[in-house]
Amino acid sequence: MAEAALRLEQAGYRRSALVEWLTTVDHKKIGILYYWTSIVYLLLAGFLALLMRIQLAQPDMNFLGPKTYNEVMTMHGTMMIFAVAMPLNAAFFNIAVPLMIGARDVAFPRLNAFSYWSFLFGSLLMWSSFLFGHAPDAGWFGYANLSSSRLYSAGPGLDFWDLGLQVLGISSIAGALNFFVTIVNMRAPGMSLMRMPVYVWMVLVTAVLILLAFPSLTVGLFMIMFDRYFDTNFFNPLHGGDPVIWQHLFWIFGHPEVYILVLPPMGIISEILPTFSRKPLFGAPFVIFAGIAIAFLSFFVWAHHMFTVGLGPVPNALFAASTMMIGIPTGVKVFNWLATMWGGSIDFKAPMKFASAAVWLLMMGGVTGVMHATVPLDYQQQDSYFIVAHFHYIIFGVIVMALLGATYYWFPKMYGRLLDERLGTVHFWLTFLAMNLTFFPMHFVGLDGMPRRYFTYSAETGWGTWNLVITIGAFILGLSQLVLLVNVVKTMRQPANAPADPWDGRTLEWTIPSPPPAYNFAVIPTVRGRDAYWIEKYGDGHHTVTDTTQRRHVSVNRDNPGHGLPAGVHLPKPSWWPMIVSAGLTAMAAGMIMHGTETLGPLGFPVVGIGAFVVFFGLLGWHFEPAIEHAEHEQAHVHH
Amino acid sequence: MQGTSVRWRLAWIFPLGGLLFTSGCGVIGGKIASTSDPAGDQARHIWNLFVVPVWWLTVAVFLLVTVWMLLNIIRFRRKPGDTRIPPQVHGNTRLEIAWTLIPAIILALIAIPSTRLIFELNRDPGQESNALRVEVIGHQWWWEFRYPEYGIVTAGDLHVVVDRPVVLTITSQDVIHSFWPPRLAGKVDAIPGRHNTMVFTPEETGVFYGQCAELCGAQHAHMQFRVVVETQEDFDAWVAKHQRPVPQPAAGTLAAQGKELFEGSAGCAGCHSVDPRYDPTTTPINKTLMIGPNLAYFPERHTLAAFLPNTPENLHQWIANTEQVKPYSTMAEKWWKIRAQQNMLLTDDQVNAIVAYLESLR
Repeated sequence: MAEAALRLEQAGYRRSALVEWLTTVDHKKIGILYYWTSIVYLLLAGFLALLMRIQLAQPDMNFLGPKTYNEVMTMHGTMMIFAVAMPLNAAFFNIAVPLMIGARDVAFPRLNAFSYWSFLFGSLLMWSSFLFGHAPDAGWFGYANLSSSRLYSAGPGLDFWDLGLQVLGISSIAGALNFFVTIVNMRAPGMSLMRMPVYVWMVLVTAVLILLAFPSLTVGLFMIMFDRYFDTNFFNPLHGGDPVIWQHLFWIFGHPEVYILVLPPMGIISEILPTFSRKPLFGAPFVIFAGIAIAFLSFFVWAHHMFTVGLGPVPNALFAASTMMIGIPTGVKVFNWLATMWGGSIDFKAPMKFASAAVWLLMMGGVTGVMHATVPLDYQQQDSYFIVAHFHYIIFGVIVMALLGATYYWFPKMYGRLLDERLGTVHFWLTFLAMNLTFFPMHFVGLDGMPRRYFTYSAETGWGTWNLVITIGAFILGLSQLVLLVNVVKTMRQPANAPADPWDGRTLEWTIPSPPPAYNFAVIPTVRGRDAYWIEKYGDGHHTVTDTTQRRHVSVNRDNPGHGLPAGVHLPKPSWWPMIVSAGLTAMAAGMIMHGTETLGPLGFPVVGIGAFVVFFGLLGWHFEPAIEHAEHEQAHVHH
Repeated sequence: MQGTSVRWRLAWIFPLGGLLFTSGCGVIGGKIASTSDPAGDQARHIWNLFVVPVWWLTVAVFLLVTVWMLLNIIRFRRKPGDTRIPPQVHGNTRLEIAWTLIPAIILALIAIPSTRLIFELNRDPGQESNALRVEVIGHQWWWEFRYPEYGIVTAGDLHVVVDRPVVLTITSQDVIHSFWPPRLAGKVDAIPGRHNTMVFTPEETGVFYGQCAELCGAQHAHMQFRVVVETQEDFDAWVAKHQRPVPQPAAGTLAAQGKELFEGSAGCAGCHSVDPRYDPTTTPINKTLMIGPNLAYFPERHTLAAFLPNTPENLHQWIANTEQVKPYSTMAEKWWKIRAQQNMLLTDDQVNAIVAYLESLR
């Protein structure tokens, strides 16, 4: 055994660091790739937001022209949703889920790498639109027929958007499939579904949502592509098409998408609050079922984005009722979180600060959500800054805040180091105050009638004062994120000596070293309850201790030296094929975009053909490449 | 005591947030687009529903969650060196039932008046009522208003009668727009190929601000309109005037030169008509009258180019420098830029003449 392990280790060291990252199929490394790509995009898309805020700081500003503003606004929204919030969630799926269920990797490691590379290439393709001077400009939900007709959106901007989103959609569907199979099949013995950590539950529910919701977006994107390239008339009213069909297709995807973004952060909150309160999650089955209820209901509420479309009073009343029903499970979650903290011994470390603030901010964004579900109020609020305030409270207040909390929480599992607590406190307070300064006054200008997506406004509207406040808030918010970067740089200069269990954690990832070895668990643990690790440390209901000093010594996986492969462990081989296939796919998308341009049009289909060739042979190579090195595989068995 | 002061220091933001939240009542309103200053029945019903019950229930939920969170932060903060493990409470079914029911009751309290209002706002007063019927057509980036009962068409300003219901049939001739006069009513989308209806009764005379609320391209922010709410007498006079052709400028005047340019070499008449009359039987709502806005009685309008105050100076700017005033507009793309390429831009005198002509259309 030792010989085989040594050979593998040596084989590993022979690869350069760059090649190692490019070919990795290790979920922990892929998680880190996802994490930093999304953080870079968060800063870039946040920078776009600051450009918009300069333009809107005062009436009649001439900083961005109307077309540039629409491009910046569209890319801010599209990138924040598809290249920040989704992949930042995917980063923590990768970093935490296999560790929390006691698995050595995800079910399909190479598919996992394929998801990442498709995300990276697809998003780079979209960002590159700025280099060609034609960024998409029809808003993140690209309403037809503005988006579907070259008459109203000339140039390749919307083609970048349409094709780029198709590549990102493939990435998301592959990732969802992977995590669904991983969670269903690869849990440690004893981890029944109701013993599964709540975060893992929410990832499972999210995977199902992605698999059910994305096809609707894909269909819509294909229809836009056909309208733009092949003169079909799906959304062209002059020839019997109907642009409202796009809105249905988009929001049947788009509303579940909101929960695709927010359910995993709700799961993160459900992990952090108990850990730092030294109490189990209050009413855990109710929190889980509330998540499932939200996911189920999310498919029956899409038309609440369309109350002003003129669907009629009966559909409006029904969709209002279904939307309000989502308020019930959401309320259940908030109350259970508050009850989790109640009576606890709460240590307000950085992750806890972010998580408890996210609970309060969810209430702030939730009550305005109920207002929009009140149809007559929505007739005034729809497409106004009141809506912008609402969804930023959810997307920044809940999703980003919880993911920042997760950064502090799981950083030891990413890098074996603990982020600096004092800088974390500064980062939290600056972020929390600045986000309220930025997004709260948007309620005011919204009620005063300011529509979203306006590149300018006149002084007579009286919107100038609060817009200046919002701009100041936005700049503080943007600069505050530099504190996190400073913290990371400072922390990474220190030795990787974080303990395995720095927070007195409750779940399995804290039973293994920080950072975990490549194989995660030397011995696959056996799970006896929802708080699998906590029970081992402090006992279950019958033998509970009342003080942390009475902690039982638990040796599971903790004394592993972390060198070499333990007996019977086989790791998947690194592979180039996932990246090659992603590159081929992205080349196909790029070729399609070229086909729509005047100058590069003739090159378009040849590039699509080359991309298809690369995908086809890439998949063949992928298929015939052994997932595990055979010789070592057999040798391992012989020595066993 | 050290611990207590730390708790308080960290907790101050929550009441501050609450203060900011409730102070919202004082900082909004009094602006030209404030939804909190209704001047029509629809806007008034909506604002009333916002205040009671929605706003007060929101305050209740806000206080419940904020106070509970504050109590958690203050009472249960761990003291340094505290190694105590609190009782491991896993849940309580009665509480779960309670806080499932509480949101359900709150939402029911909102849903009942809301649903009633949805149907009320949608009610068409019927053909036999005295309701004024207007067709609203969105264009990139201006609004056209047609009065089929009177056979007249105008743009930019929608004239309606105080205390008389108005039924708008709303559509678009290009992309999706949304018609929104915030102080009078909510918004209804203008969708090509679809005819939506908006019903409201203006309750005050005056000029009310309106705007497009659905992203419709580059100049989405410059797609305003005004709703002129007037007495029945004033409205009748306005209609009677618009049923007559515009006055002809006296021969030899600057305006007469302008007319010649307008109809001739400047090319204005290719897109703009100055005849306010049209035949609704041959031109239903989905048929285009002219590419550009009708300019009959133009000096009476409140805006030009769908966003600028209608002054002769602005009009001059608009004709002379269309591309700078409103880039991407049809007039900039299809008229100004093409003339600029052909070196055929109007001279200052020519622009003055056209301005004089348009200003004479009173």
